[in-house]
Amino acid sequence: MSKAALEAIKKKFSSELLSEHAQHGDETLVVKKEKLVQIAEFSRDDAELAFDVLVDLTVVDYLIEGRTPRFEVVLHLRSTSKKHRLRLKVPLEEGAPKVPSVVGVWKSATWMEREAYDMYGVVFEGHPDLRRILLYPEFEGHPLRKDYPMARRQPLYRRPERQGDVWEQKHILSGPAAGDHFKGTYDLDR
Amino acid sequence: MGIELHRSQYLQELLSWARKYSMFVQPYVTACCGMEYMPLMGPRYDLSRFGCEFVQFTPRHTDLLFVVGTITEKQAPVLRMIYDQMAEPKFVVAFGVCASSGGFYQNYAVVPGIDQIVPVDVYIPGCPPRPEQIIDGIVRLQEMIQRGETHSQRELSGRATQGRQAG
Amino acid sequence: MTSIAEHLDPTGVALPTETMIINIGPVHPAMHGTVRILAALDGERIVDADVQPGYLHRGFEKECENVTWAQVFPFTDRLNYVSPILNNVGYAMAVEKLLGLKVPERAEYIRVVAGELARVGDHLTCLAAMGMELGAMTVFLYCIRARDRIYDRLEELTGARVTHAYCRIGGVKEDTPEGWAERVLGDFDEIRGALDDVERLLLKNRIFMDRTQGVGVVSREDAISWGWTGPCGRASGVDYDVRKDHPYGVYGRLDFDVPVMDTGDCYARFYVRLVEMHQSLRIIDQALAQMQPGPVLCEEHRVVLPPKREVYNTIEGMIRHFKLIVDGIRVPAGEAYAFIEGGNGELGFYVVSDGTGLPVKVRCRPPCFIIISHMGNMIRGHSVADIVPIFGSLNMIGGECDR
Repeated sequence: MSKAALEAIKKKFSSELLSEHAQHGDETLVVKKEKLVQIAEFSRDDAELAFDVLVDLTVVDYLIEGRTPRFEVVLHLRSTSKKHRLRLKVPLEEGAPKVPSVVGVWKSATWMEREAYDMYGVVFEGHPDLRRILLYPEFEGHPLRKDYPMARRQPLYRRPERQGDVWEQKHILSGPAAGDHFKGTYDLDR
Repeated sequence: MGIELHRSQYLQELLSWARKYSMFVQPYVTACCGMEYMPLMGPRYDLSRFGCEFVQFTPRHTDLLFVVGTITEKQAPVLRMIYDQMAEPKFVVAFGVCASSGGFYQNYAVVPGIDQIVPVDVYIPGCPPRPEQIIDGIVRLQEMIQRGETHSQRELSGRATQGRQAG
Repeated sequence: MTSIAEHLDPTGVALPTETMIINIGPVHPAMHGTVRILAALDGERIVDADVQPGYLHRGFEKECENVTWAQVFPFTDRLNYVSPILNNVGYAMAVEKLLGLKVPERAEYIRVVAGELARVGDHLTCLAAMGMELGAMTVFLYCIRARDRIYDRLEELTGARVTHAYCRIGGVKEDTPEGWAERVLGDFDEIRGALDDVERLLLKNRIFMDRTQGVGVVSREDAISWGWTGPCGRASGVDYDVRKDHPYGVYGRLDFDVPVMDTGDCYARFYVRLVEMHQSLRIIDQALAQMQPGPVLCEEHRVVLPPKREVYNTIEGMIRHFKLIVDGIRVPAGEAYAFIEGGNGELGFYVVSDGTGLPVKVRCRPPCFIIISHMGNMIRGHSVADIVPIFGSLNMIGGECDR
């Protein structure tokens, strides 16, 4: 990306900029969440930047590393005409992580934000239809958070006649945490 | 009375022979195993040689539920609904390790084996199994049908499946 | 005898109508993945639709966070399971970017050849399924027969027909077997024959044209805004191919064209895939000719497993092997996004590391998830029967869409 273009966005939103880096050639800006939509609109509409495609939107959970803030929303942007790329990161506190939705700027965010909500519990304010997408509505919790154990099952259907199986009842079904399927090697509470 | 019993046994064998060689298959294809299901029905590993050619997508017309691929928790009630819609005698084949035991997906989203949901007659392991393995599984199913040993046939004939001994 | 016209209501037959909501899927007669479409219909016209994916959500990201970097490869295979090598390559590139590792040239060429074979397999499957769903069963059988040849070659190379797990961080698992290149080139006749047959059977076929032309039109602005890439994007005029715009591996040295159409309908998406296959065969030809003998795994001791001779005979080799398997490769802390041209579009992998042998995050940027996100809007105004060619031309692979 041209230096001038990057400087333009850094200058315009210097109050929102928390940090930046260009590790491995990927230019990254870490910004505050309040003016995310304005930053998004500027990057799309500015002639030098012209980021008209939101390539990817995801969330990273830094609970194990112990970093605060715990969550970070990561947006990857691409320009069809200028062929450059940018990564925007928005740190979010734990608690009730909320961030403005960029659906109005790039339509591809529609389902990606729904998935981020489904997996991490991050609420995207202004999203027209924020509901679970990959999991079923009866699911409780947000599985990609680091404190959700990988093997905790929430079965949606169970075959009726199997409840009579003595071995299964003794070893699996009557565990202290109802819903945990495997204990031991698969209970990876990392 | 002896003659009638003999005749009905002969009739059962005749019906089993007819059933095993004219199976209407419901391919419940979800995942990567579907990529081996396609060549199985294709010209090289032709499954129609074994009588399982006729593919129906409505369960009410089928007798073999071929569960191909991973079944997730979201999909589980749907699988049960499809199974319930089939008419007796019905057979279920678990194609691939994900359908047999969950495969290497032991996590919150995957049902560890479709026998949590439906009674299974033949398990075909493999990730995905080669078409030859699947043909082996289908032939075993056909032998089971001939002997009357599938879950459905046992229920119909009154000989319920014995519970597993502990250990 | 009175004519029937006298009995009809002269003002026109007035039937009460209300929108009816019907459920299509997740079990439906399409060989592609499981997706549920809730369609609100006015007669046969779709007024509104809600596309619900997630019936194959297998927890790819969660699993990846609990295994070592090298153990992620089998999981990546099962993302886009019709072209598994491409996923392997994408993930390997992302981790190699974090490590700053350079892959030997022969390994790059083999990745290109195997990747393009996988891409041909992907497009063959899409054409086969699309043909079958529209009633052309012969096309399905011809394409599957050609695809079986590709599986044979990939089985000789990697050991498995479908889920290869062939790439490693630092190269590929092992070199090509003896005479493999000649056998691949020998199969081109069969594959080109199948493509010619498909062209003759379908492209000028009245039924196929009526069912696919003008159906599911997506404009270029919509395609860009909704993030469409790959064959679907190129059929709508988005001239973006990662292999040309951001060349990776050895694509910069190979000469090939990228088909772009501007009609944006199902016919265009079908045709673009057909032409792309011819270009992929061209790429394989050139890559096999340019390939030189050499190592296929880089020499970096902290990343690559030592050869078995060393493992069994030297203590250093055994310790190295042990540490790499048990602890995993120590990838320096940081984040990287690497992207390749997958079968459906830009397949990206965003990996985050904290310096240990287990990843913090392995995110797959799924091209067909992005493409299907627009499907609900696309099918509005079409009839129910149009869902079949639209869904077939979008080539949704459940493993990639739901991960």
